[in-house]
Amino acid sequence: MSEAVEVIDLTRRFGDFTAVDHVTLKVGYGEIFGFLGANGAGKTTAIRMLCGLLLPSEGGGAVNGYDIATEPEMIKRSKGYMSQKFSLYPDLTPRENLEFYGTVYGLAGGELRRRMSDLAGALGLEVFMDRLTGSLPVGWRQRVALAAAILHRPKIVFLDEPTAGVDPVFRRRFWDVLYDLAEGGTTLFVTTHYMDEAEFCGRISIMHAGRIIEEGPPADLVRRYDRASLEDTFIHLISGAGAGA
Amino acid sequence: MKTIEVKALSKTYGSILAVDRVGFTLEAGEILAVAGPDGAGKTSLFRSICGLVDFDGGEVRVAGLDVRTDFDAVKPLLGYMPEVFSLYPDLSVEENLAFYAGLFGLGGDAFRTRRERLYDFSGLRPFAKRRAEALSGGMKQKLALSCSLIHDPTVLVLDEPTTGVDPLSRKQFWDILAEIRAGGASILLSTPYMDEVGRADRAVFMDRGRFLARGTPADLVGLYNGKVFEAPVEVTGEQLRALRAGGTTAARVGATLRVYAARGADAGAVAAELGRAGVDAAGLRERQPGLEDVFVHLMGRRPEPPNGESPEEGMGGGGER
Repeated sequence: MSEAVEVIDLTRRFGDFTAVDHVTLKVGYGEIFGFLGANGAGKTTAIRMLCGLLLPSEGGGAVNGYDIATEPEMIKRSKGYMSQKFSLYPDLTPRENLEFYGTVYGLAGGELRRRMSDLAGALGLEVFMDRLTGSLPVGWRQRVALAAAILHRPKIVFLDEPTAGVDPVFRRRFWDVLYDLAEGGTTLFVTTHYMDEAEFCGRISIMHAGRIIEEGPPADLVRRYDRASLEDTFIHLISGAGAGA
Repeated sequence: MKTIEVKALSKTYGSILAVDRVGFTLEAGEILAVAGPDGAGKTSLFRSICGLVDFDGGEVRVAGLDVRTDFDAVKPLLGYMPEVFSLYPDLSVEENLAFYAGLFGLGGDAFRTRRERLYDFSGLRPFAKRRAEALSGGMKQKLALSCSLIHDPTVLVLDEPTTGVDPLSRKQFWDILAEIRAGGASILLSTPYMDEVGRADRAVFMDRGRFLARGTPADLVGLYNGKVFEAPVEVTGEQLRALRAGGTTAARVGATLRVYAARGADAGAVAAELGRAGVDAAGLRERQPGLEDVFVHLMGRRPEPPNGESPEEGMGGGGER
């Protein structure tokens, strides 16, 4: 398995609406890949297919070496996923939340405790471990969610708008954590509406109306379209594609 | 004309002081942006101003009227868009607008005229019959804004209206705000985006219930009293830790490294600091500070903690909630 993600002509239809339309993608291990697009472009539907949560109508491929159509259970177990909506129990503490996720992934005993304590240290969560998750500020809850997503040491983590609504200080720190993960060989597949975060990515793709309309290193795209910034490039590409959503 | 006047406003929840003696005014035709970390007190401030929660101390006037004693008169003047706006998912765009119009006793031709005007603003006309749940995130926010504008308020209070909205939709959203302002209404909004702070007429940075700084975007940038350098280099985690261990304040920003130095610093010395941490300093140059640099600076936190981090110091008041 040479690539973390390799899909060809990935397509998903809902009735007569095509949410994802022949998407072809390759992402290598250790890459930080930015999966960009307008609201409603089909990003979340594509990610759900890549995570083994939704079957494609057409096309297919592999994530972490597992076929998304025939081995979705293996993908579910071997990937990490952190969504824009919190998947944590607000009335449990971070410790209890992580214990719960550890159990889901078949971790227990000393091994689970060791990993939880390592992650709490790496993410600066120690002092929050026994407070109620729902009482934590968004930035810290996001870190707990990240810890839950990587507790089982997945080789690929899908992050769907992990920093929506988070202030610049927290966003910078969160990305330092992501960089460390990527340096350790973890593949990060990230959606974001912050263009400075897109510039953190080695490569990005831009999705519009279910299709990937551009792909490449962020700086290359800015040069290719002769724009002042990635934001200008993004807006140019999306509005040029006849959007307006 | 002052559309909002807030004097020494305080709001507590039990033992937590969410808003701590805050005061400001908003003029007609003005956009005021509030930025601050989660837990800074922005939402409590907005809810107090809109009369949705009672506050503990101070005074709020909207168009000269006291929100506590004249709430019935204030209500039609205010348009409030909470962070999570309640649209009816199984009603269409048009039906949602009609529902909110009904709440303000607006019907018939008056409603239809207003609705068409809002369609002009928002570009939602082609989607009038679409159910709200089938709208994209950007369109939902435009519909929520339209619903909060249905009764033609003179003061708009918008709590993080563009969070989770893509750059093109955000640009369109701000084009709408500019039109509303041009029509003489005033807008108070919160945002995590520094480019939006830069588009406001005036802005406030808020933390732990207080205003840390206020002024025009240019005033705020002017508060930065050090130098900012930038190098077009992607550093490793190890290099970043080495820089911090050597006492350098540095952060990754996009595909560059940003270094925060004292006012008297020169590029040569900064390049030498980078060199000692094994970072390629080629292309290092001084850059003008931006709002984000000021924000990070003012929040009383270093851009990056030296070793791990201390949440008490790093989180501000939010850590206590």
